[in-house]
Amino acid sequence: MTAILNAVFAPGFFGSAPVHLALLTGGVAAFVSGAVGAFAVLRGQSYAGHALADISVTGGSGSYLVGISPLLGFAGIGVLAAAVMDMVGIRRPRGRDLATGIVRGAGLGLAALFLFWDTTHTSTTGAAVTVLFGSMFTLSPAVVPLVIGCAVVALAIIVILARPLLLSSVSPDLAAARGVGVRAVGLMCLIAIALAVSLSALTIGTILSTALLVGPAATAMRLTRRPGRAAVGAALLGVAVTWGGIVLAYDSFPWPPSHDGWPVSFFVVALTLVCYVLAQLAPQRRPAGRATPAPAETGRSGAAEFRMGE
Amino acid sequence: MSSNAPARAATTAAATAAAADAEVLDVDGVTVRIAGRDILRDVTFSIGPGQFTGLIGSNGAGKTTLLRVILGLQAPTSGTVSVGGERHAARKGLIGYVPQKIQLDPDMPVRARDLVGLGLDGHRFGLSLPRRGRRQQVDEMLRAVGAAAFADERVGQLSGGEQQRVMIAHALISSPRLLLLDEPLANLDISSAQEIIALLDRISSERGISVLISAHEMNPLLPVMDTVVYLAGGRAASGTTSEVVRTEVLSALYGHHVDVIRVHGRVLVIAGGGDALDIPGLDPCAEPGPSR
Repeated sequence: MTAILNAVFAPGFFGSAPVHLALLTGGVAAFVSGAVGAFAVLRGQSYAGHALADISVTGGSGSYLVGISPLLGFAGIGVLAAAVMDMVGIRRPRGRDLATGIVRGAGLGLAALFLFWDTTHTSTTGAAVTVLFGSMFTLSPAVVPLVIGCAVVALAIIVILARPLLLSSVSPDLAAARGVGVRAVGLMCLIAIALAVSLSALTIGTILSTALLVGPAATAMRLTRRPGRAAVGAALLGVAVTWGGIVLAYDSFPWPPSHDGWPVSFFVVALTLVCYVLAQLAPQRRPAGRATPAPAETGRSGAAEFRMGE
Repeated sequence: MSSNAPARAATTAAATAAAADAEVLDVDGVTVRIAGRDILRDVTFSIGPGQFTGLIGSNGAGKTTLLRVILGLQAPTSGTVSVGGERHAARKGLIGYVPQKIQLDPDMPVRARDLVGLGLDGHRFGLSLPRRGRRQQVDEMLRAVGAAAFADERVGQLSGGEQQRVMIAHALISSPRLLLLDEPLANLDISSAQEIIALLDRISSERGISVLISAHEMNPLLPVMDTVVYLAGGRAASGTTSEVVRTEVLSALYGHHVDVIRVHGRVLVIAGGGDALDIPGLDPCAEPGPSR
């Protein structure tokens, strides 16, 4: 038993302070990303999430220049970008993609400048790697209150707005007809996405943070047809792959080629992908009392309508 | 509704107060002008309790705009709308709405029963706690529209007719006085369209709900319509089908001669040249509509 435990968790895993901090911040970030990601995917805003992650590079690289916590940089610029994307016209699908693309391009341009300055003018040469690929094992404990704060705000937004968000993702007109402030609700959701992506950017890096936003959500949606379960499932799945990634990264220290460990981000994303593929392979469960599968997109009308007359 | 001329507002206020008991929906002098073009011009009609009314017009006639004005999603340039005597935001609670065919992602984790439940409390903040009363109410509604068999399916994977039933349940569960449906028969095959019409007719008479249903083809609705609102070029003629769907009335509405022909209980509206009149953009500057 101990042998198995030792094989999975390399010696020293449970006693290491950086590991504890990684488990905490990584877990919190993944939980928020999963839960918020379920709504992002449901609302077809995974591209917006991707853009917000790219833009947060700007905030992260800028934060090294002015000497504030990278999380502040990620979150600050993310929320700002969310507001700009909303103003430029995120409501119509076409305007939304254009607005997102434009804001994203502008953000990445600034990020290039800031990263250049980070490496040339200030001595933070590691900034690029930290911003792009995360820093789960090198976080300062001082960041914890800020992590918890961002997490609470993001979760509060989606818990409070769960039903209006769901209704407006089915049909904005339907929601507006019920008196839902569709635009305000959409903006709040975008802010929650920005916060979730910022948290993941801190732990697994800006480049990979959308993996935790979209991956667990897409996997959970495949496995359940209930919105609440999808959100909670995605959150828990996100925590599982993150903790799994931390364990593997810790185990990987003696691995080739360099014998100083593989990046935790790689393991997290790899595990996310494995879960998604396994979920795709899982047979779709059909509810009892309805033997025939619902017809696919094309052959809908005929067979399905027949059954209604019974 | 807000930009009404003062003198007129005074008279309509009195009229509305008087009509509040009688009419479920009262549309009075509604004009919608967008970018200098009249989408709707001086549209006036009313619908009584439990009445089944068809809103008929070709594509582009202004049907969706009129429904959006009634819902309060579009402010009219002038004119007023009242539902159950309510002129303002409070009327939203009295209307059930089934929007035009919406594209739903087949993988979306929302079951038919979830969507119906959202009709009850989808505008509220916070999470909905599973209550037995709520579940019973949703089950009852699903049965009433014949959607119980696929209550636990993802809505995005249902057929067009099945989705319409779920949307109708969603609209009805909040016990509205008026049910608005925007082209619910579009994209349905004939047998499902007839099933949906029969369902709406039954709901309307059993629950005393007034139904306003938009369609570009009136024939499927002829057996169940109590009254018709015919839209052409932004203007409306309303009344019973025999009052409105007549050569003189529709010719005046369209602004040029059309023939109304009845064959085997079906109505054909044919333009002077002999072409079927299902094209928008006919002269909107003709003399004002008749029958009002």
